[in-house]
Amino acid sequence: MSQEIISNVICTVCGCSCDHLQVTINNDKIVKVKNACAMSSGKMLGYRNERITQPMMKKGRTLKPTTYERAIDATAKIITKSSSPLFYGWSLTSNEAIEIGVDLAEETGGFFDNTTSICHGPTILGVHEIGESSCTLGEIRHRADLVIYWGSNPVHAHPLHMSRYTVMSKGRFRKSRADRKLVVIDVRKTDTAKLADVFIQIEPNSDYELMSALRAAVRGDEIEQEIVSGVPIDKIEELAEMLINCEFGALFFGLGLTMSSGKNKNIEAALSLVKELNSKTKFVIMPMRGHFNVNGANNVTTWLTGYPYAVDFTQGFPRYNPGETSAVDLLARGECDSALIVASDPISNFPHQAAKHLTSIPLMTIDPHITPTTMCSDIILPSAHVGIETTGSTYRMDGVVLETRKLVDPPKTVKTDVEILSALLKRVKSLKR
Amino acid sequence: MKKIQVTLLSGRSLSQGREKEQGKLSESYFKSVACCEINGEDIEEIGLDYGENVRISTKYGTVVVKSIATKQTLERGIIFVPYGLWAAQVSGSETDGTGMPSYKGISSTLESAKKEKVLTVDQLIKKSFSRKKSKKR
Repeated sequence: MSQEIISNVICTVCGCSCDHLQVTINNDKIVKVKNACAMSSGKMLGYRNERITQPMMKKGRTLKPTTYERAIDATAKIITKSSSPLFYGWSLTSNEAIEIGVDLAEETGGFFDNTTSICHGPTILGVHEIGESSCTLGEIRHRADLVIYWGSNPVHAHPLHMSRYTVMSKGRFRKSRADRKLVVIDVRKTDTAKLADVFIQIEPNSDYELMSALRAAVRGDEIEQEIVSGVPIDKIEELAEMLINCEFGALFFGLGLTMSSGKNKNIEAALSLVKELNSKTKFVIMPMRGHFNVNGANNVTTWLTGYPYAVDFTQGFPRYNPGETSAVDLLARGECDSALIVASDPISNFPHQAAKHLTSIPLMTIDPHITPTTMCSDIILPSAHVGIETTGSTYRMDGVVLETRKLVDPPKTVKTDVEILSALLKRVKSLKR
Repeated sequence: MKKIQVTLLSGRSLSQGREKEQGKLSESYFKSVACCEINGEDIEEIGLDYGENVRISTKYGTVVVKSIATKQTLERGIIFVPYGLWAAQVSGSETDGTGMPSYKGISSTLESAKKEKVLTVDQLIKKSFSRKKSKKR
């Protein structure tokens, strides 16, 4: 087969959904990637590593190869019999697959949660309370003259965010780095902080205090303390002045806010600060969504159930109460009597206590690769990579929907998430009849 | 052996993000996540050189990882472990009613584990998770 070069390929690693990759394909293999960050080229060139190419099912203590038909049948029987199956993951798959997943959870009366609950879940809780002033990344690229990264390290986690959308991008009204100010607020001097015009280092777990002081300074209130969160007041007042005087400011925040003490309260403080700033200038705020389509998982689940994650169908209708119906809480309490994990690796990422309960119940996983989660699974259904081996739509971090492409064929014996989940849903419906 | 009190941050690192795409059983992924960035004065205080193993303990669990120099500036008393199975061993599942566990700002102790080994994925799974399934469904 001859060599083929495909342009404008959408990356499927983080929430930036960079759509300018150039991929060279030779003999149905990706051999070269241009314009990609290190994580992206790692995925584009490494997608064939440690693949699972055959469904597996546990016989005794060992996993043995089986067929999709048998594995899907066994999975369907387990989740249909379960009183509260957990359906978790969804951030590395397409909107179309997520849609079928929601149907499956409704049909079996289970819990439907996505990886938001351990990344920007607190962000969503904050937005419920305060609301958010947002826009697309394109607007920020063209207009923003001040950008803040708070508790976020894009040089490592979103490597092209600054060059495509913010301070280093070439916009219509802001042509270069010199036209924009970069402010970084973090507990350590990260590689992003090294590029900042203003870097403010704060004590761990004290974002809420600084945010409140900054908001007070923006309002022109007098602050009685001399130092807040390890930052002298004059520095806070200077920063407030700088924010008020920009023409179009954008505050991006990461897990430094959602995972630290205060969690959703930190986000409420950030959203309130931006609300306050909008009485003086134009300001927007946006979470730095980490996983490929985690934003899609929130959007699809919301338009189908009314809630963005941690949806409980056990009573026959959707209920939502993060902290009670979210995966880590359910598992840490020893609830859920089976789990289907799709496109995620909770055994690697959940706190040990929650992960431990997953390994004590029937565990089924749909994933392209060998992971600690597949290693602990009773049934494995291998799947194709969305955006590389099959198409599917995704939500970028700013809510813009993009259609990813199929670049190469999946391994011959491997099905897509949509095919597997549709077959599973069909089997569940026939079992319930 | 001296134990010191530190604050544990877990998070994304570029190498963790890149190497996870090489496969979670790969040597390069293991190297990128089974480690802990420590400030120079802290590593001196517990009597180790970079490259030697340390034990991190929290009220949730304990884990041995390799100590490495800070790639990005880190204050004294703060340690950084990239996301992954090793960090998960010491993070807590309390969510304060939000669904979000505590992955950052966890109070921990740090001590030398010079003579102990860093467990591989296989070994850590075997050690951490009992393979007994409950009979109830």
